[in-house]
Amino acid sequence: MKDLQPHLSPRDLVEEALASLTARPGRAVLTALGTVLGVAALVATLGLSKTAGNQIVGRFDALAATDITVTPKTAGSGRVAGASDLPWDAESRLVRLNGVVAAGSLSDVDLHGDLVRSVPVNDPVAQTEFQLPVKAASPGLYAAVRASLASGRLPDAGHSARADRVALVGANVAEQLHATRIDDQPAIFLGDKLYTVIGVLETVPRQASLLGSVVIPEGTASRDFGLSGPGSVQVETRIGAANLIAGQLPVALNPSDPAALKVTAPPEPRRVRAGVQNDLNTLFLLLGGVSLFIGAVGIANVTLVSVLERVGEIGLRRSLGAARRHIAGQFLLESTTLGLLGGVLGAALGTLVVVGVATSKTWTPVLEPWVPLGAPLLGGFVGLLSGIYPSARAARMEPVEALRSTM
Amino acid sequence: MTAPVVELRGVSRTFDRDQPVYALRGVDLSIWPGEWLAIVGPSGSGKSTLLNVLGLLDRQTEGTYRFDGVDVNGLDDLARAGLRGRRIGFIFQAFHLLPHRTVLENVMLAELYVGTPRKGRRERALAALERVGLGDRASFLPTRLSGGQRQRAAIARSLMADPSLLLCDEPTGNLDSKSAANVLDILGDLSREGLTLIVITHDEHVAARAERRVRIVDGELIEIEPVRT
Repeated sequence: MKDLQPHLSPRDLVEEALASLTARPGRAVLTALGTVLGVAALVATLGLSKTAGNQIVGRFDALAATDITVTPKTAGSGRVAGASDLPWDAESRLVRLNGVVAAGSLSDVDLHGDLVRSVPVNDPVAQTEFQLPVKAASPGLYAAVRASLASGRLPDAGHSARADRVALVGANVAEQLHATRIDDQPAIFLGDKLYTVIGVLETVPRQASLLGSVVIPEGTASRDFGLSGPGSVQVETRIGAANLIAGQLPVALNPSDPAALKVTAPPEPRRVRAGVQNDLNTLFLLLGGVSLFIGAVGIANVTLVSVLERVGEIGLRRSLGAARRHIAGQFLLESTTLGLLGGVLGAALGTLVVVGVATSKTWTPVLEPWVPLGAPLLGGFVGLLSGIYPSARAARMEPVEALRSTM
Repeated sequence: MTAPVVELRGVSRTFDRDQPVYALRGVDLSIWPGEWLAIVGPSGSGKSTLLNVLGLLDRQTEGTYRFDGVDVNGLDDLARAGLRGRRIGFIFQAFHLLPHRTVLENVMLAELYVGTPRKGRRERALAALERVGLGDRASFLPTRLSGGQRQRAAIARSLMADPSLLLCDEPTGNLDSKSAANVLDILGDLSREGLTLIVITHDEHVAARAERRVRIVDGELIEIEPVRT
């Protein structure tokens, strides 16, 4: 009896499902709304976190991603008794490395309890002695920390070599020390030693603490205050070279014991991105999942209502020779199409949100291609799952009962 | 002599309830090609059950049913659905036209499940509509048709598959007398063209148009002597 088998061409099936959906376009759109919102939330979350992650990495690139600091592991501050783990010629060793833009050493200077004094003026209420940090810097440091001057000049290698008593003061303390006007050749006392102020630091993006300090040449610090070696080394690398240089630094600076040095390098960009995603996304992904679930329940519910409403139509189709599987197939296809439609609209909406937010923040919108392409598939899958129960109900329906109902 | 289109032998249909319902009891019925048979009876007499069994929408609990010589009890649901789609046309009291599809699309629906090629479907549907005098209403929605026109559209749909048997369940039940007469005229034309018709009705006027009438009372079938006209 093979010739008696009912037959439904796939094209006819698709046309029937679409015709049923377009018969009530308003209802179809409302039904798909839950899926639209769920998919949109997922796409927007994935896109925004990607966009924001990219943006943060971009900011790090500007400053932090090229900044490396090296300190001895055992005791910092350059006050180690005996030989320091960092050599005096750290600067010249490092600028030879390919990828290093600037390098210099920076140390805290111990005044052994002495204070920084300004030259006294005849003002009895004015304070003249201060507990200020004093730092020693090699000539290359200023470039490595991107220091800029309000006035005066920077100490050079000659000052350090001759151990000249010259000093820079940070902008925050210049006023207290009466050292704002460099052309007056102001002087300050470090303990009982007189230093000429030759410059005032205005900004130091990478070592903001210098703005509240007095900075003297390394050679001078060594002679006057017994600095035994650099306390830390600051390196600026080319963009992208930070991790490579970070690996080379310990060997270049301390070949006999590279492990004695602690290298603080910027985190790898990948990790930054992953961190951002974890922080930002869990809640929104959860939210998207919940609305997707609600969307699925919505489709299931409306499809079930539709099955009950269309009892007469089901009966008619059975009387026209449709097998149960054809009835089930049609309702399943209708719910899947609704889900697919919701996925497409949701992907578009989510992409718009990503672009809109990125535009308002002047970010570059970034979206993985599989997100907007996969979203409709996800929607279709949701629709397929939602349609299983209603279509099974439709297929189980007895044509006898179905035909007695009026349409 | 050709074989009967429908041959029921001792057919019973019992519904298992707390109190078993004997909707059909030992029905014997043979319908020959080209016959127009009316089945009359009060409501609850088993008319609908008989229609469902005849239309392969329900299975009898006892007896044999041969349709076009085939014992349909031996067929699975899939084969019964295929046979139903290809060989039996249905006319319902409630028309069962899809409200959001045009008349033409409703008629084309008849070929959906029977494996006829899509090519020419529209032309065949138009021809069927012409046959019932609705050629000029093809693009209308059923909601814009009168009851009589809707029933004619349903007849056009049932003719699409070129059935061996047309099963009509109260075909004029929802119609005024003028539309009913019009529909009956169309059925008369089809009968003259050789189509086998079974009309189930409680209306004696409708039954009077048939060549042969049977009465069903409490699930039992009684042949009525033909009315001489």
